[in-house]
Amino acid sequence: MRDVAVIGIGDTKFGELWDLSFRDIGIQAGLAAVEDAKLVAEEIDALYVGNMSAGRFIDQEHVAALIADYSGLARDNTPATRIEAAGASGGLALREGYLAVASGMHDIVVVGGAEKMTDVGDVLATEIQSSAADQQWEVVFGATFPALHAMIARRHMHEYGTTREQIAQVAVKNHRHGALNPKAQFQREIELASVLKAPPVAEPLGVFDCAPFSDGAAAVVLCSMEKARRYTDAPIRIAASAQASDTLALHTRQDITSFRATQVAAREAFKRARKEPKDVQLAEVHDNFTISEILAIEDLGFFPKGQGGRATMEGETALGGKLAVNTSGGLKARGDPIGATGVAQIVELVQQLRGTAGKRQVPGAKVGMAQNVGGTGATVVVTILEVV
Amino acid sequence: MMVTARFWRENPSRYNLAAKRCNNCGKVFFPPRAVCSVCHRKSLGKMECIHLKGEGEVYSFTVVHEAPSHFEMLKPYVVVMVKMDEGVMLTSQLIDVGAKDVRIGMRVRATLRRLGEDGPAGVIYYGYKFAPVRQEG
Amino acid sequence: MEVGIVSYGAYVPRYRITPQEIGRVWGSDGEAMSKGLMIYSKSVPSPDEDVITIAVEAARNMMRRVPEIDPKDIGALYTGSESHPYAVKPSGTIVAEAIGCSPNMTVADYEFACKAGTAAIQNCMGLVGAGMVKYAVAIGADTSQGAPGDPLEYSASAGGAAFLIGAKDVIATINHTASFTTDTPDFWRREGQDYPSHGGRFTGEPAYFKHVTSGAKLVFKNMGSQASDYQYAVFHQPNGKFPQRVAKMLGFTDKQIEVGLLTPQIGNTYSGAVPLGLSAVLDVAEPGERIFVVAYGSGAGSDGFDITVTDNIKRFNRLAAPLVSHYVNDRVVIDYATYAKFRGKIRVKEEVA
Repeated sequence: MRDVAVIGIGDTKFGELWDLSFRDIGIQAGLAAVEDAKLVAEEIDALYVGNMSAGRFIDQEHVAALIADYSGLARDNTPATRIEAAGASGGLALREGYLAVASGMHDIVVVGGAEKMTDVGDVLATEIQSSAADQQWEVVFGATFPALHAMIARRHMHEYGTTREQIAQVAVKNHRHGALNPKAQFQREIELASVLKAPPVAEPLGVFDCAPFSDGAAAVVLCSMEKARRYTDAPIRIAASAQASDTLALHTRQDITSFRATQVAAREAFKRARKEPKDVQLAEVHDNFTISEILAIEDLGFFPKGQGGRATMEGETALGGKLAVNTSGGLKARGDPIGATGVAQIVELVQQLRGTAGKRQVPGAKVGMAQNVGGTGATVVVTILEVV
Repeated sequence: MMVTARFWRENPSRYNLAAKRCNNCGKVFFPPRAVCSVCHRKSLGKMECIHLKGEGEVYSFTVVHEAPSHFEMLKPYVVVMVKMDEGVMLTSQLIDVGAKDVRIGMRVRATLRRLGEDGPAGVIYYGYKFAPVRQEG
Repeated sequence: MEVGIVSYGAYVPRYRITPQEIGRVWGSDGEAMSKGLMIYSKSVPSPDEDVITIAVEAARNMMRRVPEIDPKDIGALYTGSESHPYAVKPSGTIVAEAIGCSPNMTVADYEFACKAGTAAIQNCMGLVGAGMVKYAVAIGADTSQGAPGDPLEYSASAGGAAFLIGAKDVIATINHTASFTTDTPDFWRREGQDYPSHGGRFTGEPAYFKHVTSGAKLVFKNMGSQASDYQYAVFHQPNGKFPQRVAKMLGFTDKQIEVGLLTPQIGNTYSGAVPLGLSAVLDVAEPGERIFVVAYGSGAGSDGFDITVTDNIKRFNRLAAPLVSHYVNDRVVIDYATYAKFRGKIRVKEEVA
């Protein structure tokens, strides 16, 4: 297995992008990444596209071919693959691109993630989002995607004494970060009281505990480390890529206060990267719901089980804290165009590791981790990046 | 919501909690599975059809305020994960109870209710919901 | 062979609305309606309930009391209602599957206004008595609606009961059944109409009273009996007053009809009314006690029964399922807006795909 580097990144603003179609956002991010890498189209060996549900959001399947076509890659008949794992589609696309280069099959690939969620109404968008869960045995009984996470929160509170305020603090912190990110969907700070008073979605979670529906795309260019220096002085190394699965339905788990898939993938990632949690300065984790971030920082090994809420409340995961979590604003403030999210996490880490994150720069960022989740933890992809 | 056959196929489990037990290790699966996730190939030919008794306790719960279209009439409604006496857990609604009165550990029992319909001209779907076990008589 | 009731089960939804509340909305004197009908509240089904779910719960309660009986030995199941969820597709097949019956059985749905359930009992008696089936199930259940503001809205309610008919170990023998049937259009609902129509006071003397008394007299004649021979009487009860009046006409006392008279608390459960009243009696009856039953269905007809409780009721586990009194007392009162929402009387927006 060869070393793989990220040599280019690109993303659109995330939000309700009424003027832009799925094709528009995919191309925008892809071209930005290719330009950032100073590539010419003929050099791209393959394209990987993470997307959860274009078929239901815009009645379009076969989206890898569509992006390859509109990006100008199709005229070279470049192989293009669409990867789907609900919320982990982007992270998994990155893993597939990484494996393709690491294996020696390809030298340079473009990995993109895109989702256009606002061409349907909120009711349908919620139903589509819920198809990440078990349709037959969870959703059909009225368990929405937020409801499943609410039950996780309730159990975490029951077993560890995690408080509602601690959970809500995740949103406050991520909005503070998002206010520093010009590409974020929400660039406005919010107060803890607002999160607590927000209309309930599925108790104890309210509107401000849930990431928004978003349009957006993100892309990166991966290259073998040996070739990388032809394109950039600051290649960022993929130190590890790991993936794990778990049961589709939350009720089939032994314990719903952890995502075992996160724990397994994280352990493997640290082993491959020959690193420990203390070696990591920043992490982009999957906060589609506030409680998910608390689980993530525990399951990744940064905080003991049950301590995630306390750590968040005490500022340990804010910019300037022990571990800067979701400096991009996370899914909550940055936005969550489902298929794009996992790739956007990598874009943020690369900017931080290059030292170009501006107002939200983590000083001395050397090693970053991304955790991307599908469903209620049925798929988890963990990636570790480092400065070379 | 759901097309007819895709729902109808699951009626034995949705009406009567049809499940499977691995006679190699005793683990119960709901919905029924062909292979035991613990014993794998050793369970082939040893998976027995059983029916859950329908009783269990609340493992976790939430009150849903933003509801999908076919549950609009019921919101806010309580969603629960129930740990059945046979050891399996499943997800459904808890009815006949005030949202404020739901507790982790409450004893509940399965009952049949409407889950939805394919529109006013479509098939009606029925399945299990849970109600608190109350004193008899 | 002694054909009779082997087991029974009941179910009434929890929600209630009062006549005062209905009258408040429609500018009528709800208090006066309540007194005039002798109805103090009526049951309202939740949006996720219907005749099928009610029938299933009643039938499951029925089976819970006889765990030694294998549902695969049920040879027939009939559900009588005037508010079946489907106009075409029987409620009975869903009920049969939900209680674990085998496919080797016959099912059909019944309709005869409020006596659909008792007509089903008669059919079950015939099948069992002829030795064609070992056990047969008859269910009467309804979630009937009255048009908003109409007098029927004060009484039309929801509930049902199920009876397992057999010839072995019966807890109550059905000694005799007789019916009186004519073409009398006192109350009807045309296909496609949301609400029924009725002939006002025509529903009284030429309809309810004529058919109930005629059916009752047939039973008296065939059995050589009179009112005083019975400990309990259950009459169809569209309101609290009609059964009191017909009881008096036939020589029964208020005491005899008291246990089986549920309408004042839960409203008129239509096809469920007499089945629920009979269930309430079976909840307390002792061996040797005799029960007189006359159901009435508009259109019109009456089904009369002469029933004697057997010694087997002492070994019968009533408490394996909730008694009728449990359901009557388990109540949550709602307002008219909630009731209208639950009963689908509010026009909601069409879904945009």
